Amino acid sequence: MQIKENPTVYDAIIVGSGAGGGMATKVLADAGLKVAVVEAGPFFDPKNPEQQTQLKWPYESPRRGAGTVRDFGEFDAAYGGWEIEGEPYTRKDGTQFDWFRSHMLGGRTNHWGRISLRFGPLDFKHKDVDGLGDNWPIGYEDVKPYYDKVDKLIGVFGSKENLPNEPDGFFLPAPKPRLHELYYIKAARKSGITVIPSRLSMLTKRINEDRGVCFYCGQCSRACQVHADFSAGTCLIFPAQKSRGQVDLFVNCVVREVTTNEEGRATGVSYINKEDRKEYTLKGKVVVLAASACSSARILLNSKSKQHPNGLGNGSDLVGKYLHDSTGSSRAGFIPDLMNRDIYNEDGVGGMHVYSPWWLDNRKLDFPRGYHIEVWGGMGMPNYGFGFDVNEFNKFFGLPTGGYGDQLRADVKKYYGAVVGFGGRGEPIALKDNYCEIDPTTVDQFGIPVLRFHYKWSDHERKQARHMQSTFEELIHNMGGEVLGNTPSAEQDYGLAAPGRIIHEVGTTRMGDDPKTSVTNRYQQLHEVDNVFITDAGPFVSQGDKNCTWTILALSMRASEYIVDQLKQQNI
Amino acid sequence: MDRRDSLRSLLLGSVAGGLALHGCKPADNEIADALGTQAEEHLFGRTPEEKEQIAKLRAEAFFNDHELETIVVLASRILPPHPEFGGPVEAEVPEFIEFMAKDIPELQTTLRGGLMWLDHQSNTQYGIEFKGATEDQQKALMDTIAFYDPEVRGDERPLEIQFFSLMRNLTVCGYYTSKVGIAELGYKGNSPNVWDGVPQEVLDKHGMAYEEEWLAKCVDQSRRNETAEWDEEGNLLT
Ligand SMILES: Cc1cc2nc3c(=O)[nH]c(=O)nc-3n(C[C@H](O)[C@H](O)[C@H](O)COP(=O)(O)OP(=O)(O)OC[C@H]3O[C@@H](n4cnc5c(N)ncnc54)[C@H](O)[C@@H]3O)c2cc1C
Ligand code: SF4
Repeated sequence: MQIKENPTVYDAIIVGSGAGGGMATKVLADAGLKVAVVEAGPFFDPKNPEQQTQLKWPYESPRRGAGTVRDFGEFDAAYGGWEIEGEPYTRKDGTQFDWFRSHMLGGRTNHWGRISLRFGPLDFKHKDVDGLGDNWPIGYEDVKPYYDKVDKLIGVFGSKENLPNEPDGFFLPAPKPRLHELYYIKAARKSGITVIPSRLSMLTKRINEDRGVCFYCGQCSRACQVHADFSAGTCLIFPAQKSRGQVDLFVNCVVREVTTNEEGRATGVSYINKEDRKEYTLKGKVVVLAASACSSARILLNSKSKQHPNGLGNGSDLVGKYLHDSTGSSRAGFIPDLMNRDIYNEDGVGGMHVYSPWWLDNRKLDFPRGYHIEVWGGMGMPNYGFGFDVNEFNKFFGLPTGGYGDQLRADVKKYYGAVVGFGGRGEPIALKDNYCEIDPTTVDQFGIPVLRFHYKWSDHERKQARHMQSTFEELIHNMGGEVLGNTPSAEQDYGLAAPGRIIHEVGTTRMGDDPKTSVTNRYQQLHEVDNVFITDAGPFVSQGDKNCTWTILALSMRASEYIVDQLKQQNI
Repeated sequence: MDRRDSLRSLLLGSVAGGLALHGCKPADNEIADALGTQAEEHLFGRTPEEKEQIAKLRAEAFFNDHELETIVVLASRILPPHPEFGGPVEAEVPEFIEFMAKDIPELQTTLRGGLMWLDHQSNTQYGIEFKGATEDQQKALMDTIAFYDPEVRGDERPLEIQFFSLMRNLTVCGYYTSKVGIAELGYKGNSPNVWDGVPQEVLDKHGMAYEEEWLAKCVDQSRRNETAEWDEEGNLLT
């Protein structure tokens, strides 16, 4: 089969259109450059009626929203999931890592939780405190100007709190707490837990003429048709297409590898067009990988050549290593005071209106690093699963469970909105022995060798999960509630979610000043190939107890400005 | 005839024939409404592959007519039609159960086996299949399997109890995720609005109040359309 060459030479080829790729596209196009964006999934715009799931009713789906096909339910915007037909991944030595991928313009930012937190000063230098893991080569002060710009460009609501490791930003005003959130505020304070307005990237106020303002449907996971929530497609790629640069979108195109020349420098990429299943190449002066931390590692490892026999930029043998996901554990409670509720519209934004940043001092605890608490509850739209075990909570009142007849109608209303749940999201310690690598025995439907994962939690993470569980139980008791389910045991890792499940994959191409112990430099440029950059979460050395995406965006902006500058100076 | 159309006519037949039982027999125009609005192909953001998969499942038949009629009778006993809003038939619960049985094949044996269990019990005790038994006979049978012990794990309960729980779950869920069920529940969302906090009377009822200090951090909804501007310290000016 002959590989088809495109004669255009782009200033930059960007692989992937999620948070990292979207931001690179915006910055490079704004600088007037000619860029190609190569995206494995289809074009996607939540404004398009054919792709829209927002404001649909459960009965429009024959499965009433069940998650049989889409993991987070029929109306979730993700084109992808934990498993994708024809694109397997494997696991090693009986360990587990679950990998969530979305293939579509905008990637996982179409349906992410929009929790948009900055890392604090400590999060870049935590080794200095407890000797674990590694410090970043850069610090908060290097990233702060970019966080500021991202806040203004994209929009995030929150509040000024002056907390030491939770830096404030340029916030839009927060939405008022819902009823169960008022209960939470009380309960958290009773236990001395800090509680503040949450920080999410939906527009509670206008920021420009291109995007609408939130109309409180609570459905950001379905992607917003007025573009009031942040998605990389709607908020970065679309504006980039209107900028003075040139943006050529190659959708449904899966990058196989970065192509190189005799000197070992990148010349472009080769990809497979899903529509005709043929191989093509594109030429570019710079290649920006932003296919998500694991996908970008896979592309590097598959880009073997005489000059890079171990994969591109992998002289250190560290590509794929130090993969880490946030810790996560959750629990729910039944709150009798929230029974028999008056019904009104409390959809709010598509996420919590209040949360708790980490509030304790690890010197007094048996685990390192912290976690934050996410809160959910309320009178949501009925969907598949609604009304299952409708009167299970009767057991708390010594009443029979089950039955039939009109009583069930009363039970539905009695318990509607009476459950509150918590999720802890914490910082793990990155380990070299947690990694992804190429599985020599397996290829996907495009003939590209796939990833094999090896990942084990340590006691640091397990003890953190145990602490989350006892905190949640205390909170539920403070709310006068009944904890649901049993306290997870040591054998159950205290309810610690399997690696990957929190969907914060970072660390596979970590940055550093020493090429022997890192893959990229402080500007996310491969140590070994100066015209290849990585702008997803691969270069993260650690990820704090903050969801990673706001930092992906800030660092991608920083790396992209550096690329513009280096191209101008003809250094690359 | 498309499977959905044949299902509907079967169900309407059973309603008309009095199988959907006492009280509320939906008026003809209600049925027509339900058919008109819910049977038409909705766009709900499916990819071409997803559309194909739904069409494939719809074209298959899982339950036979007798089983479907029994489902109608049983579902209508579990959630009797509401005089104002309707019941499982108006909520298209039988269609939903049929679809889920194909969508999640693990449900099939429990559902089909449970329906057989019902008929077997009814035949043995009353000499008639469940759907033809009297209301009292049906209820007497249901009473033996309708309640479960929450201390026993779901999959360790007797099959007939698991069956009834599954039927109740699918019936209640199918009803309250339908147009009529949502109307009965009174869910108010899924529509553009402006969230401006919990209504005062609800706050009062729960002994809650918004603190001034917290409200100062919240959006003034009268200015939501003014473009945001900040000073250098990040204080919002607009
Ligand atoms: C349900 C859910 C909730 C989340 N909530 C939050 C949250 O609240 N806060 C937070 O900070 N983070 C959250 N995240 C994580 C967040 O979505 C990711 O951190 C973020 O999207 C990562 O951006 P990325 O650009 O690295 O990758 P992605 O957004 O995954 O984008 C990568 C893109 O690259 C494409 N691609 C992959 N391989 C190739 C290839 N070989 N060739 C061409 N293209 C390719 C993909 O199709 C995809 O479009 C959540 C994720 C999920 C799934
Ligand atoms: S909650 Fe607001 S931002 Fe989110 S999808 Fe609805 S309208 Fe859009």
